[in-house]
Amino acid sequence: MSARRLVGLETEYGIIRPQMPNANATVLSAQIVDAYAQLVAEQNSSAMAARWDYADESPLQDVRGFSISREQAHPSQLTDVEPGLEESGIWTAESIALDGNDARVGSTLYQEKDSTEVVMNLVLGNGARLYVDHAHPEYSSPESLTPRAAVLWDQAGDEVMRRAAATAQRLGGGELLLYKNNTDNKSVSYGSHENYLLPREVEFSSIVKGLTPFFASRQIFCGSGRVGQGMLGQKAAFQISQRADFFEAEVGLETTINRPIINTRDEPHANWDKYRRLHVIIGDANLGQISTLLRVGTTNLVLSLIEANMAPDIELAEPVQALQQISHDPSLKTAVRLRDGRELTAIEIQWLYFEASQKYCAARGIDDPDTAEILQRWQNILDILERDPLEASDQIDWIAKYKLINGFADRHQLSLADPRVAMMDLQWADLRTEKGLYYRLAARGAMQTLFSQDEINQAVTNPPEDTRAYLRGMALQRYAPYVIAANWDALSFAVPGARQISRFHMAEPLGGTRKSVGDLFDAELQISEFIDELARRR
Amino acid sequence: MTQESFSARRASQNQSQEAEEIQVNTNVQSAGVDDLLDEIDSVLESNAEEFVRGFVQKGGQ
Repeated sequence: MSARRLVGLETEYGIIRPQMPNANATVLSAQIVDAYAQLVAEQNSSAMAARWDYADESPLQDVRGFSISREQAHPSQLTDVEPGLEESGIWTAESIALDGNDARVGSTLYQEKDSTEVVMNLVLGNGARLYVDHAHPEYSSPESLTPRAAVLWDQAGDEVMRRAAATAQRLGGGELLLYKNNTDNKSVSYGSHENYLLPREVEFSSIVKGLTPFFASRQIFCGSGRVGQGMLGQKAAFQISQRADFFEAEVGLETTINRPIINTRDEPHANWDKYRRLHVIIGDANLGQISTLLRVGTTNLVLSLIEANMAPDIELAEPVQALQQISHDPSLKTAVRLRDGRELTAIEIQWLYFEASQKYCAARGIDDPDTAEILQRWQNILDILERDPLEASDQIDWIAKYKLINGFADRHQLSLADPRVAMMDLQWADLRTEKGLYYRLAARGAMQTLFSQDEINQAVTNPPEDTRAYLRGMALQRYAPYVIAANWDALSFAVPGARQISRFHMAEPLGGTRKSVGDLFDAELQISEFIDELARRR
Repeated sequence: MTQESFSARRASQNQSQEAEEIQVNTNVQSAGVDDLLDEIDSVLESNAEEFVRGFVQKGGQ
């Protein structure tokens, strides 16, 4: 392995409707997802007319919890839908129910109803999932294979959200504001999770041991910065991480309470015997492309170290405390105690991981461009942080925010307790490019980027080509009216005239690539031919 | 790791060139920050206190 690895990034966005302060957050989130579904429909010319018919005819909620045992129930239900499906341009173009939590598309979102009923769930033509998770709209990126691709399709998610909010407003749904942050500074945190594919044979205990010191310290280059310390933000002081103060345990299954540094959820969405999916809940949502690149790339390398049994042999005495101590010191001088009595700064811990990675890659002759880039950037950023963290203000989110906010406070002789400082902390993460302070800074060339807006727009439309996201995304682009269910590892089609649905398992995340099935899409087959050919490939 | 090996690694780099590049980046970045702060009043939500108070989220993962 190397800095390349199958990765998916999930982001729960903060959401408010300023004109309706007490609006139900789940309803607002559903509005986002619904608006995006409508946007997709509009782009598919003849779609709108059929939209509501389909909503009435198709009991999407019956698809929830899609499983093999329910398969037989579907053909009869689908028969009711087929007349609609046979017409061209059904609105569902890219809005297909995933497993569980489906909503009736087009239902009246403003009706008062149990919030659990107003949940929506889409799969997009770029292979991503867009849905309502708890009380937040969430974008789960398509599976990607390189750190750069992970950044690109994560940035695409921000663009999807932006377009959804703009569409909601245009359609009369009011102004919805979205934030790529992780806390409201009033006791609540919401996540941005990373998912990494690992071989099943890697011992979980070695993952815990190898990752904990790394996770406690990597925030120095991938934290997003926060004004406020403590879960309530009660102390008006800057800290490196949005999330650090919300972690209370070292290892565990929870994600919403008693959050652990290492999450034990074991749900690979792939061949169970072969793979493990490491579900990482400790990261901050990054607007910056370099912070995201470093977060994913260095984690990929450290996982490779763990697989090879070459991770640095260090253990933190108090991991949760260390995580917070490091976060609370933007000078990066704080040293945290190891079990063996030594005290190391976050930078020193990161150097240990960097050195081990460099050694590992040299020993194995791993020199692909992605690995070379990550090693080079990792070394470079640690050098800079050691010299003067402020020199990394054009690369690292928390440092850019720190510099902007402190610059503002200095100019106006304000303390960090000033409401305008809190406003800046929040507005940093505003997804509107004309209002969000990250975007205003980036527009001035003050943030390094890897991808242009054009490239990001392409990734909103198209899936990565080297994972199963390609098959999922392209199937939705080309055969959406016939895709009746999709999730990470399965894709189900209903063909007119066929007695049964065709369900394809995609247990191999590295299958279904452009290389393996691209010619089927290039051939522009009829749906039945496509399904026959796809079945033959398996 | 010893302090010596940290020093050895850093000494192996072309520090002056690197420092020069960083200087350029930092200048652009600082200019960007200053420029944004010059017009922050037109960008920042005007009702800061109320706005921040109104940003209340429900729990997430």
